[in-house]
Amino acid sequence: MNPDVLLQAVNLSRRIAGKTLLDDVTLDLTAGARLGLVGPTGSGKSLLLRILALLEPVDSGDLLWQQTSVANDQATIYRSQVIYVHQRAAAFEGTVETVLRQPFQLKAHRGRHFDRDWIVDQLATVARDAAFLDQHHEQLSGGEAQIVALLRAIQLSPRVLLLDEPTSALDRQSARHVESIVMRWYGDAPDRRAYIWVSHDPSQADRVCDSLITMHSGQIQRRQTTE
Amino acid sequence: MSPYIELTNLQVCLAAILIVINGVVSIVLRLRLEKTLAIASVRTVVQLSLVGVVLSWVFRVDRWYVVLAIAAVMTLIAGFSAADRSKRKFPGIRLIAITSVWSCAWILTGYVLLFVFQDLPKWYEPQYAIPLLGMVLGNTLNGISVGLSTLTETLVRSRGQVETLIALGATRWEAAGEPIREAVRTGMIPIVNSMMVVGVVSLPGMMTGQVISGMDPAQAVRYQIVIMFLIAGATALGTVSVVLLSVRRLFDVNHRFKFELIRTTGSS
Repeated sequence: MNPDVLLQAVNLSRRIAGKTLLDDVTLDLTAGARLGLVGPTGSGKSLLLRILALLEPVDSGDLLWQQTSVANDQATIYRSQVIYVHQRAAAFEGTVETVLRQPFQLKAHRGRHFDRDWIVDQLATVARDAAFLDQHHEQLSGGEAQIVALLRAIQLSPRVLLLDEPTSALDRQSARHVESIVMRWYGDAPDRRAYIWVSHDPSQADRVCDSLITMHSGQIQRRQTTE
Repeated sequence: MSPYIELTNLQVCLAAILIVINGVVSIVLRLRLEKTLAIASVRTVVQLSLVGVVLSWVFRVDRWYVVLAIAAVMTLIAGFSAADRSKRKFPGIRLIAITSVWSCAWILTGYVLLFVFQDLPKWYEPQYAIPLLGMVLGNTLNGISVGLSTLTETLVRSRGQVETLIALGATRWEAAGEPIREAVRTGMIPIVNSMMVVGVVSLPGMMTGQVISGMDPAQAVRYQIVIMFLIAGATALGTVSVVLLSVRRLFDVNHRFKFELIRTTGSS
């Protein structure tokens, strides 16, 4: 077995009200992988991603993290390394800085500290300055909120990002900003990190992914590499 | 002679004229409340008369198991109503409400009976135990149902925030922290407010009753203070308990929010 496998989904199935929404899905995510997940609406892409983040239960199948089944008391540790980013960022009270500091109050990230300089440096790549940190989070545009959501995740140096159509609700410019943030995080340790990117946009999938999985009716229909 | 005026049925009927005012208002303003009013008035008479009969019987029989049985029925009814008042429900909500009402009401009422009143002739003295428990149940029921409604409402409304925190590695307690605080705070506000205005804006029913029945007002006040603290304590304990048990039910061991368990019902 490849020792660089980070995440393995083995025969995952999920049925709701008699309907099979995910049917025997198996996939490996190795370190360095940039995997795209494409397919029509309702094909199970989001559900699969949410299952990988332990946000949905499975009826059968296994989820392995570095060859070990994710035990119950390990879920928060697992999620601190495999971070799921929602399609639309939820609005929180307080300033952008408060929101970025949130994860450091959690037990799973005890001992780590908010690095304001690092954030300011990241903001520069998406044409925002330090004043952005004082804005009210609830008043941000969808694109800005998504940038904050990504920075909030990647400042924790996760091994894996699970991106659920992170740019589908954004304009072109914001979408490019989101892509550049993810690329920079990945580029910092391309032999250790990996991501799964659910996308509706074939040109984006080609741009940000090395391999693609096409889903249909809860099954994996095709695996291919992008050119 | 009795220290208070004994009321005859005729005198109660004279008071019933007052409810006719409501009926007239309803008819004149076309509120269409006449029927509901009539039913409510009849229920008031029937329910209270029944309670009178039951209480007289319990006092006469004067056995610990009768008192406990009556107390258990009262507690179950309070628990069911607390759960049923919540607009959003989930499997197990009744068990959680009953557990919370039961434990907080009985422990705190027991504390007051045994350690505050101290030299009661019998530990289960029905003249003290039943009215006390009744007042505690009536009030904690409010706190518990408000806490429960606020929790489910806030969790549903802030699902995005809750799941965002979970996705970042939060435990269920961390992720639900804000909804938990909101629910407990909202559940405790009514009793705190009534402690603020008691005696100034309102004279509590129990104290009024004791003064009418000839008790020294200074004594009636002491009773009332004990009751207020008992209710406040039981409400706090009951609300915290119902909220924490619900969070445990609504999240799994993987700290996953089991959103699908929450159902919205039409009842108010």
